[in-house]
Amino acid sequence: MTEPVIDVRGITKAFGGLVASDDITLDLRPGEIHALIGPNGAGKSTLIAQIAGALRPDRGQVRLNGQDVTALDTPARARRGLGRTFQISSLAMDYTVLQNAMIGALGRRGDVMRFLRPVMRDTALRDAAETALDQVGLSEFRALRTAELSHGQRRQLELAVALTLTPRAFVMDEPMAGLGAEGSKRLITFLSDLRGRTPILLVEHDMDAVFALADRISVLVGGRIIATGPVSEIRANPEVRRAYLGQEDSQP
Amino acid sequence: MRRERVLNAALLLGLLAIPLWAWMVDEPFTITLVTRAVILAIAGVGLNVALGLGGLVSLGHAAFFGLGGYAMGILAYHAQTYTPLTEVPFLIEGTKSMPVIWLVAILVSALAALAIGALSLRTTGVYFIMITLAFGQMFYYFAISWPAYGGEDGLSIYVRNGVAGLNTMDPLTFFAICYALLLLVLFIVSRLAASPFGLMLGAARQNPARVEAVGQAPYRLYLTAFVISGAITGLAGALFADLNRFVSPVMLSWQTSGEIMVFVILGGVGRVFGPVAGAALFIALEHWLGGLSDYWHIYLGAILLGVVLFARGGIYGLIAGRGVAHD
Repeated sequence: MTEPVIDVRGITKAFGGLVASDDITLDLRPGEIHALIGPNGAGKSTLIAQIAGALRPDRGQVRLNGQDVTALDTPARARRGLGRTFQISSLAMDYTVLQNAMIGALGRRGDVMRFLRPVMRDTALRDAAETALDQVGLSEFRALRTAELSHGQRRQLELAVALTLTPRAFVMDEPMAGLGAEGSKRLITFLSDLRGRTPILLVEHDMDAVFALADRISVLVGGRIIATGPVSEIRANPEVRRAYLGQEDSQP
Repeated sequence: MRRERVLNAALLLGLLAIPLWAWMVDEPFTITLVTRAVILAIAGVGLNVALGLGGLVSLGHAAFFGLGGYAMGILAYHAQTYTPLTEVPFLIEGTKSMPVIWLVAILVSALAALAIGALSLRTTGVYFIMITLAFGQMFYYFAISWPAYGGEDGLSIYVRNGVAGLNTMDPLTFFAICYALLLLVLFIVSRLAASPFGLMLGAARQNPARVEAVGQAPYRLYLTAFVISGAITGLAGALFADLNRFVSPVMLSWQTSGEIMVFVILGGVGRVFGPVAGAALFIALEHWLGGLSDYWHIYLGAILLGVVLFARGGIYGLIAGRGVAHD
């Protein structure tokens, strides 16, 4: 079997008495979309934070492309090919849409310690940024201030910035949130194509999107992975239905 | 964007025209007044690199301003008393050469900014303000209690330092030197703001998590900005001391830090030319209001309150609108 791109091995994280991650093992393989689902408070955000580098696990290991990155911080993991999008859009609001995408392209290229060259005339950076904006359908808004974008457009920009990083793996935290039916449909098509180039660890509440996209699903409940498997298996799993899906059905 | 450029040009032309007019009607005091504004503008432009571009609210920039001042004072003092600064490990003599003094002022304040920044930038928000303030006060009390260079009384220099054989005691000549340096600093900071570094620094100001997610460390960006900022403010300090031919611990006091910050806020935080407008307005107010009453700071306070409450972007925000750093 091919080596996983992201490999989470037995990570545990406790905040005081609350065990937010309880011996979690999870991997992301080349070419797949691996969806992580779970009710609110299951510990998804804590897990994502530990994969991205914002939190250090108490025990266990995070590996990226076969390398142990547990001790590395967020920037170092990003440089090693981890591209994440945030649950709540995390953008430079005073900048234009194009400038936000260029932050990604510049961060990726790495030569930020240049002090006198006009960055907006850097065609290589501009091209990389515009290609990404084009891919998510934001090209026509490139000159707009980011604060003026709608919620859904900010989600798209968030994705565009991650695309400019040309990462080895994506970690996406609820990319569908606030997109609307049309936007979700477009994004599903886009992510479905994207997985061939770059695998995606997808945290998502939109079950239709998860079932349409995921190759595998892991279910997180109370800090533990209670099941991992292909879509059909997860749908049929009685424990999952009871712990999670049933709950969704009763509260649509 | 266009209105901003017009304002920039008007500001620079005004700062040039007034001293020329004053020279023609033989009003050397006015020339000195504008020179003061120009020098303080350089200090403000320096602080603005940290405060405006990087979002680092430093209340300790008087340290760099004063270090620049003392770099001038100490070098010139040793030159005028014909005593060496030190003979160990090798002989260092004083100097009356402005370029050498500027270089030393820039280097010393950059090093100080590196040390202060490296420690202070581990904190954020109010803690950062308090720590920079504390560092600034450390320098202030050190200068007061160190008798070698005048202590509390400060240090007088008899003749202004020289550059390229010019008669720097002539007010207009010294103004021209300071004005040229302001132009140079404005040019460098404009380029800096529009550079790859400037783009990423601005992103770090708005959203450090975004910068981390694209593989860059905000700390490194902040620290670099803080050092550049301190170096520019240090240069202004050397010029300020040369203008007065006097340096004292007052340059290091936290009131000085506050005043430099007022220039930035009055002019417009984050606008490259903002502190120039702020410093010019400050000096004008100091001159006119100071003529009306000894308690002119009350009026200044009211104006500042007005700016903070009703015109967040300062003079530049009011006239040129909100700035989007887009080309």
